Amino acid sequence: MKRIMLVCLWWLGIACASPVSAEDLFMARSNQSFPETMLALQQAIREQGYTIARVQRVDIGLTTMGYQTDKYRIVFFGKPEEVKQLTAAYPRLIPYLPQKISLYAEGEQTIVFTANPAVFKTMYSEDGLTPVLDRWERDLRAIIGAVNKLD
Amino acid sequence: MIFQSQAGASGAALYDAHCAVCHGENGKGGVGVPLSLPSFLAGADDDYFRKTIRLGRPGRVMPAFDQLSEDEVSAIIAHIRGWSEHEPVVFSSTWQAKGDVTHGGLLYQQYCAACHGKHGEGGSGTGVTFSRPRDLPIIAPALNNSGFQAAASDQMIRQTLMHGREGTPMGSFLEQGLSQQDIDDVIRYIRSFGGEQPEHKPGRSDDAVLVVESSSSFEDTVEALRQTIVGENFRLIREQSLDKGLVAEGHENSKQHIIYFCNFSFLNKVLAIDPRVGMFLPCRVTVVEHEGKVLLMTINPLRLSQLFNNAELDKYCKEMLQLYEGLLEEASL
Ligand code: HEC
Ligand code: HEC
Repeated sequence: MKRIMLVCLWWLGIACASPVSAEDLFMARSNQSFPETMLALQQAIREQGYTIARVQRVDIGLTTMGYQTDKYRIVFFGKPEEVKQLTAAYPRLIPYLPQKISLYAEGEQTIVFTANPAVFKTMYSEDGLTPVLDRWERDLRAIIGAVNKLD
Repeated sequence: MIFQSQAGASGAALYDAHCAVCHGENGKGGVGVPLSLPSFLAGADDDYFRKTIRLGRPGRVMPAFDQLSEDEVSAIIAHIRGWSEHEPVVFSSTWQAKGDVTHGGLLYQQYCAACHGKHGEGGSGTGVTFSRPRDLPIIAPALNNSGFQAAASDQMIRQTLMHGREGTPMGSFLEQGLSQQDIDDVIRYIRSFGGEQPEHKPGRSDDAVLVVESSSSFEDTVEALRQTIVGENFRLIREQSLDKGLVAEGHENSKQHIIYFCNFSFLNKVLAIDPRVGMFLPCRVTVVEHEGKVLLMTINPLRLSQLFNNAELDKYCKEMLQLYEGLLEEASL
């Protein structure tokens, strides 16, 4: 199995030459304001077939406690059936579910970021997880990519 | 000409893909320091850029881009150069400042340490992030960093100290009364840092999660956890089943119970260190009944921290790890 992987990588050459380490985080800078980016992000998440579970308003918590901050929120999402199956089959994944993407305002722009699911491959040895993580990676690239292109 | 404009276009695209998220759309800065200031571009040669891009700044957020080709790196540099009219400078990579390291050390502590740190460890936090109030508009880079030490020539450092960087807190030290010789002394002192800080490697092999089995029932464990969290001076912010909001109300799996909590003063501190800590938020323990066992689970903050290349953040994550370990242990008794 290992050898086949290596051959594939070699074949794909440049396309997958980037080591995981350079891309542990997916980050994007949206040229749109925070509320607009938030809407676009949620739409992009839904377009990949996920359900938005809720939004954590970190900024509200902080300002209520007397600290100053600009808008800072976390969007939680998942696929209901997948979450059910994964948490049953791979309980060690539970603390990282549901999935999340964070965003904060930076002036007139908005920064959006999340962990690259590929990093979990180095954290979990469970074989069955690889296809799931690969799919998540593709989905998140699409989601973050959609937000990055916002002008 | 055609070649040049093509390189320009792809340089812009490469910059947008790899750098803009931190250094800002037009190099104005963000999580990273500004790159477009004429005072910076006038005093940095291509070699400095090339090495900085390749080596990054270990432990100081700036990643090492070893996956880019030589042409791609050149295209990015050309794009950055396009923000200023200055002809690029070229510094000698072999010229060395001659000076008195002891005298340089005295001057350093007097003139530089307040911003760059006693041991050259740099200011606290990241770039120029606007999302919250901060001490300096731009972070003072770490001078003891192996990436900086390898990228910056003595001539470049000398130029930076003589002229400062207009538009940043970094002033000209000729204007502040240091002589050319004083400046060379300071350079010798900066070189004595050597860039040999311990390698930045927060436990690659650490587990992704912390798991403890509870000796009590599911309900008792949840209650014990609540008490423990409050006892540690955290504020409970929310309790829910893991699948809440994903499945229809009334159909949630109540045997996957999340308790979210927060220490806002700690959170406020960590956000100033790295605005990307949303990845760890909010603090959370999940109580799970799985195959007849009651488990308490959290992420391992130290394991997650290694995605950030931020040594300062690692320290806080170590603190968080100990905290989580303490909570799990106490709540599982
Ligand atoms: C994850 C955020 C991040 C990314 C992505 C990033 N940088 Fe940086 N960069 C930083 C930070 C933070 C610093 C300051 C380091 C310090 O404080 O010691 C920095 C420093 C630099 C410096 C030194 C600046 C100076 O004043 O001497 C250069 C040059 C630079 N980066 C270029 C780039 C280029 C080019 C790219 C894209 C190929 C890039 N960076 C990508 C965060 C980033
Ligand atoms: C008031 C705070 C402050 C003081 C005092 C100060 N610096 Fe700086 N320094 C900065 C900041 C901020 C930057 C980054 C400027 C930028 O973004 O271009 C910087 C940049 C530098 C750089 C370039 C590093 C890099 O990665 O780009 C060097 C070298 C440097 N300072 C050395 C010194 C020395 C030596 C002294 C004392 C003689 C000193 N500085 C005093 C704030 C300060």
